[in-house]
Amino acid sequence: MPQPKKGPRLGSNPAHQKLMLSNLAVSLFEHERIRTTEAKAKALRPFAEKLITKAKKGDLHNRRQVLSVIEDREVVHKLFDDIAPRFAERNGGYTRILKIGPRGGDGAPMALIELVTEGDHPVATTVETAEGKKRRLARRRRADDLPADKPVRSKAADASAYGQAAREGELELEVEDEADSDAGAKAQTGAASETSGEDEATEAEEPSAEGETAEAEAPEGSSSGEQETK
Amino acid sequence: MAVPKRRKTGSKMRMRRAHWKAKAPTYASCPQCRQPKMPHRVCPNCGHYAGRTAVETE
Repeated sequence: MPQPKKGPRLGSNPAHQKLMLSNLAVSLFEHERIRTTEAKAKALRPFAEKLITKAKKGDLHNRRQVLSVIEDREVVHKLFDDIAPRFAERNGGYTRILKIGPRGGDGAPMALIELVTEGDHPVATTVETAEGKKRRLARRRRADDLPADKPVRSKAADASAYGQAAREGELELEVEDEADSDAGAKAQTGAASETSGEDEATEAEEPSAEGETAEAEAPEGSSSGEQETK
Repeated sequence: MAVPKRRKTGSKMRMRRAHWKAKAPTYASCPQCRQPKMPHRVCPNCGHYAGRTAVETE
């Protein structure tokens, strides 16, 4: 019995998953760095790295195997002639995933996945001494008071700017609301006049409903005119 | 199939649900700009991660 793939499928079904992975791989090789959800980035990493391994071998058979996954010949050309030579000295680990937090809208955790380039700094691995920790904590305390030397955007400033924008937006919204309510009121009076006109048509002549506007009088007049002709 | 014999009282239900609590998210402070950020994430304020600029911010 065939063993199912580990983990949940992305999207809906195997065909969808296959297509989505190959599309993601095309985008990754084309743009070198793409933003997607964490789950997709994690699924893409082994998929893309296997393609790069094939590209590093570089013969016709491997090229055909890659072409069976990625149909875009330009991208395959770039993969074999541009990307693969860059990784000649690297044994695996061709991609890097950086997490960038939840997406606005549905809160999905987002990530960047990129091709590792040689100029990148290695991950900082400093070991903290007790003395260093004291200094760090002191720095943090100072930073909490006021970071004067660093151009730091304070959250308060952001919040006030946002608040102002929101207030301006509100003003505009209010204006629109008034216009809407006016239109609504007109529609209502119009509807009222129509119904009153019908009433008169059916029940001979009755005193018109109290408090009618000039707009309402026009249909009344026409209906009473019909009554006379009958 | 096994089914509940008795309806749970409102009190029992509330006692059970008293333990459904939202947890405050953990955060770390960014080594670059000192702003709070989520651990193991690129700093949303300055775009740094692991000692280099990972994302351009504004």
